[in-house]
Amino acid sequence: MLNALGRDIPSHLKPFVNSDDYKNHKRRLISKKIKQSKTVFLSSYKEAFDMFNIKDNQTLSFHHHLRNGDLVIREVCKLIKEKNIKGLHFAPSSIFPSYTEMIDLIMNENITNIHTNYLNGGVAKVISQGHLVGQLIMNTHGGRARVIESGDLGIDVAFIACPSVDKFGNGSGAIGKNACGSLGYAIPDLEYAKKVVLVTDHLVEELKEYQLSSEYVDAVLVVDSIGDAKGIVSGTTEITKDPIGLKIAKDCSILLDKLGLIKEGFSMQTGAGKTSLAVVSYVEKIMKERNIVGRFASGGITKAYVDMLEGGLFKKLYDVQCFDLDAVKSFNKNTNHLPMSSSEYGNPFEKDIIANDLDFVVLGATEIDLDFNVNVTTDILGNLIGGSGGHSDIAHGADVTIVISPLIKSRIPIIKENVTAITTPGQDVDIFITERGIAINPMRKDLIHKLKDSNINIFTMEELLNKTHSITGIPAKIKKDDRIIGHIEYRDGTVIDVLRKVHDDYIR
Amino acid sequence: MIYQAGSKESNDCLITIKKSNETKIHIDSIVGHLFYDQILQAVKETLDDQLVDHVEVTVEDKGALDYTIRARLIVAIRRMKNDV
Repeated sequence: MLNALGRDIPSHLKPFVNSDDYKNHKRRLISKKIKQSKTVFLSSYKEAFDMFNIKDNQTLSFHHHLRNGDLVIREVCKLIKEKNIKGLHFAPSSIFPSYTEMIDLIMNENITNIHTNYLNGGVAKVISQGHLVGQLIMNTHGGRARVIESGDLGIDVAFIACPSVDKFGNGSGAIGKNACGSLGYAIPDLEYAKKVVLVTDHLVEELKEYQLSSEYVDAVLVVDSIGDAKGIVSGTTEITKDPIGLKIAKDCSILLDKLGLIKEGFSMQTGAGKTSLAVVSYVEKIMKERNIVGRFASGGITKAYVDMLEGGLFKKLYDVQCFDLDAVKSFNKNTNHLPMSSSEYGNPFEKDIIANDLDFVVLGATEIDLDFNVNVTTDILGNLIGGSGGHSDIAHGADVTIVISPLIKSRIPIIKENVTAITTPGQDVDIFITERGIAINPMRKDLIHKLKDSNINIFTMEELLNKTHSITGIPAKIKKDDRIIGHIEYRDGTVIDVLRKVHDDYIR
Repeated sequence: MIYQAGSKESNDCLITIKKSNETKIHIDSIVGHLFYDQILQAVKETLDDQLVDHVEVTVEDKGALDYTIRARLIVAIRRMKNDV
C-alpha cells in the first residue's frame, strides 16, 4: 500500500497521510504508573535484574543524555550477555558509537527489536546489514513520547542514568560528577514504564530542584560510575572555517533578515554543527547591532546559546538536552535556562509544545528531493547514519523551516529526484539553502512573495539538481534489497517510509 | 619508479603512476558505486590527451570531481616525464 508520499508500506502498518493529520485523532494515554511501595536502594545491576525479574522478550528503555559517555546501557548489556536473556526489545532514545556491547547482543538474538530516534556507529552498521532479527522502528523525539504514553511501546523496565539522586529517590541531571543537564528524554520512560530504576553515582541528602520525581521511582541503583562526562559533548563549539559553510551561513542570515524573522521577541532553534554555529553567530551580530531581544531559543542547547542568554539576547532557553558542558553549567546556574521534556518539546498530542512556538528553525539534510522531502536517517546506499531526533517535530512546528547543506558532499549530490528514505515530509520544509543558490517550497507563496524583489539567487529544486549533475555527473542507480529491516515512524505514529537492508553489493 | 600527485583529503584523490608493459587502471573510490564509470573515463581520456600509454595508474579517490582527477593525473604524468 502506498502512503501519501508514494512510499510502499506493508499492509499491517498505518500509512502516513500528512503532517497535520494528527489533528483528526484523539490523544491516547495509558495511566501513569503508580509506585507500589517505598523507593528501594540497590547496589548492583544484578540486584536490579533480580528485583524486576528481567527475562526473555521484555522491553527495556534508556535515555541518551550521556551520549558517548554512557556506561549504564553498556553495563546492562554486559549482564544480559552473562545471563543470556533472549528476545529483548530495546528502546534507547538514541544509540551512539560507544554502545558496542549492543552489537554482540544483536548478533546473538539477545536483542531482537529496537525502537530509537537516532543511531550511528557499529550498531547502526550491523542493523543496516540485516543482522537484527526483528524490526528497527525509528521515532522522532516527540513521537517517542507519544508511542510511550499511548502504550504502543510498553516498557517493562526503564534504566534511567541519573547524575544525582537524593535519599527520597528524586533525580536531577544538573549536579554530580557526571552532570549532563536536562534529562528531557527520560520523562516519558519515568512516567509510563512499568518499573523505573534510577542509576546514579552521586547520592545526596536532598535535592531542592529535580526533574525526575520519586513518585515514579521504584528503585535507585547506586554504582561507582554512570559514565564519562567528557563523552557527553556532542557537536562542536567551533564555528566552521570552511568557506562553503560560511557562505551558506551568511546567506541564511541574510535571508532570515529579509524575511523579517530576526525581530523583537522572536524564537529560534538550530542544530549543533559547525555551520549552524556560524548561522547563530551571524544572527547574534544582527541582534546586537539592532538591540533585538529574542523570546527564547530551544533544543539541544550549546555554549553559543548560553552566551546569548547570559548576554541578554534571549529571555529564556528551553532545553531538552545539553550538548556541551557550558550548557550543563548554565542549566544548573541560570534560572531562565529551563528544562523541557521530550513531550513538551515535540509530542504532537501535547498542548502548547515548544516546537509549535518556534518562528524559525535551521536544520541539516543528508538528502533532499524535488518534493523537499528530507532524509537524515540513511546515506545514499541505505546505511543507517542518524535519524530524525527532533528534525520532523520542529520542521512541522516552526513557522519557517530552513534546511542548509552544501550541494555536493564528496561528489555525492545532496538533491535527489527521490530521497533514499524520507525522514521529514516536504510539506514541512520551506527553504533549502546551498552555496550555489536557494530553493523555496512552491507551497510557500508567502515567502516567495516576500523575496520577489530581493537579489537573493532563487532557483527551483530541479534547477539546483541539474546544476549539481553538471558538476558531479549523474550517479549510477542504487540497488535496493528486498528485505525490510524496519521503518521510520512519523511523529503521529503513521509510517512515512520503510527501511531496507543495504544490498550485498555494497557490504564490504 | 612511482610518481604521485594529490592527497587523500575529502574531495581530493591520490594518483599514483608508473611505467608498465601494458596500461592498467585501478580505481578505489569512496563513491565507486555511484561514479566508477565517470572516474574511469576521466582517467582514460586524460591519458589519451597526454599521449601516454604503457602505464599503471592507481586512483585512491575521496570524492574528487572530474576536473580534480584530471588535474592530479596530469601532474603525476609530468612528474613521470620530467624524471626521464
